[in-house]
Amino acid sequence: MLRIATLLPDLLGTYGDGGNATVLVARARARGIACEVVEMRRNDAVPTASLYLMGGGEDGPQRLACEVLRASNFGERVRDGAQVFAVCAGLQILGRHFSVEGDDEFEGLGLVDIATRRGTTRSVGDLCAKVDGRLMVGFENHGGVTTLGDGLVAFGDVVRGRGNDGVVDGFRTESLWATYAHGPVLAQNPWLADKILESALGETLEPFTSVADRLYEERCRELSPRSGFEDRRRDPH
Amino acid sequence: MSSGLSLRDRVAIASVRGVNWVSRALRRGAGTVAGGNIGLKISPHLLVSLARDRTIVLVSGTNGKTTTTALVAAGWGGDVASNTTGANMPAGHVAALARNRTTRVVLETDEAWLGEVVTATDPAVVVLLNLSRDQLDRANEVRRIAERWRAALATLEPSTVVVANANDPLVVWAAGDAANVRWCDVPTPWRADAQSCPRCTLPIEFDDVRWHCSCGFAKPTDLTTSLRGHLIVAGRTLELSLGVPGVFNEANAAMALSALHELGVDLGDALTRVNAVSTVAGRFSVRAWRGRRVRLLLAKNPAGFDALLSTLRADNDDVWIAINARLADGHDPSWLYDVAFETLRGRTVWCLGERRLDLATRLDYADVDVRVVDDLDDLPTSDDPVTLFANYTAFSEWLERSTPC
Repeated sequence: MLRIATLLPDLLGTYGDGGNATVLVARARARGIACEVVEMRRNDAVPTASLYLMGGGEDGPQRLACEVLRASNFGERVRDGAQVFAVCAGLQILGRHFSVEGDDEFEGLGLVDIATRRGTTRSVGDLCAKVDGRLMVGFENHGGVTTLGDGLVAFGDVVRGRGNDGVVDGFRTESLWATYAHGPVLAQNPWLADKILESALGETLEPFTSVADRLYEERCRELSPRSGFEDRRRDPH
Repeated sequence: MSSGLSLRDRVAIASVRGVNWVSRALRRGAGTVAGGNIGLKISPHLLVSLARDRTIVLVSGTNGKTTTTALVAAGWGGDVASNTTGANMPAGHVAALARNRTTRVVLETDEAWLGEVVTATDPAVVVLLNLSRDQLDRANEVRRIAERWRAALATLEPSTVVVANANDPLVVWAAGDAANVRWCDVPTPWRADAQSCPRCTLPIEFDDVRWHCSCGFAKPTDLTTSLRGHLIVAGRTLELSLGVPGVFNEANAAMALSALHELGVDLGDALTRVNAVSTVAGRFSVRAWRGRRVRLLLAKNPAGFDALLSTLRADNDDVWIAINARLADGHDPSWLYDVAFETLRGRTVWCLGERRLDLATRLDYADVDVRVVDDLDDLPTSDDPVTLFANYTAFSEWLERSTPC
């Protein structure tokens, strides 16, 4: 039984982030793997799970979510080997500190050596990154600029959009996956959903095709720098 | 009224009307924004001049603006100036006010512009319906809108009455510093954006009747309008028998009637006129397309979509959904995952629009049977009625494509 826990969807879930849990469960069950999702709401203890999901949120709720998690045993669960997939505000919370509501700095969970400050502009638009040789397509909407500590590996190289800093997006450790692509990024990238499932299960999955594959192909065609009008415009022929 | 207008204003008004007349004649659009923008260029304070000495109602909120504006206009009776084409920013307001110079005015107002428009028009009544996630790629965060409303409404004189939804904590926060508020207790099922207190960020606790935060911020108790089974406005019980569907429209009607009461309109007369409204800018209307009867519903954000899904009848209506992601829709269709599409399980849904694959993927993951319609010729022919849910620009396309029944 694969147990997936959504952390604080009542605070972190602004952009349809709950979609990532829906996608993971559907894709696991399609392979005949028993799977369940539990939600940790504000007043709940951190449930036992092999994969935790964290979404995006507005400034106030983000700060509150961070306080709730810091007071919990979430950190121990991660150190015990659970996997975490975090997007947007979830990404920022995992780090050492972050700035919201102006320039006030807040202490994060400190599970990874990253720091986020408020950027001079907000980044709103399509976000594409090269992740392990494949294109990840998504959408970002945040004001943060995130700096990775020495030796920390980024989640992907930015092809379009800002991600952490216009060069790389998110970060990846043995147990943590994090990207600025908010909302149901796993719905648009079925291969990434399967990669995370495989990591949480410790096994290789059977191939599975669905309409999501068509969506991924379409978004890649639309957003890839190698196709689309931007390149044609540059090409004098 | 023209006595209060400067020469510059008069030139500007003539330009608004001229440009919009040409725009309509050339069928370049509804003929509102182009002229309004030119008028504002010629006279930047044109909205202030046009609003002077008129009785103005502003209607704002995430969902129900257009319908509530139409209900206020209808309920008022007689000649009412209004921005009925949906142009709800100052250019649209200027166009509506220049086109019809009657003293009675109701203006649908974009959430992000409410502060500026309140300052410019000195309204008699401001109706605040609700605030929830909508086009976050443009508006960023809904709480910022609540803060901006709060700052603008705090400057109002007591002569302006704010009619506000007491069940939406973000609206209550926004109206909290206004001098003169009528609180309306109307059904507001969407709570996902008000889980943490707008004053202190601590959790808000909800029960069936009340809500409160431990910091003391709570649902107002001095309610003047209540819609729980039946509608009571200022002590008077009213029998709603609306021509527009859904509990959310009953809430809109309750707020519209509350506004009309503040204007001195007789509630009995207003109710009869409000009940008679059956379609608003094509919404809720049944239209014909290739021999099929299609009920058109505008569904453009999670709270609105959930409310409309609950009006879907349990019979064998075909369900078609059309989703675009252009500027007016918001470029990010992530919100589809906040809609409770699981309620469509057991049905087949035909997926239309430029983002039909995003929609089909969402529905597929919700275990709903989907058909991706790449060509309109692929839509099935049958005598069964169709309910079509569409977001903003997709809705306009279908309104244009179909004809009155």
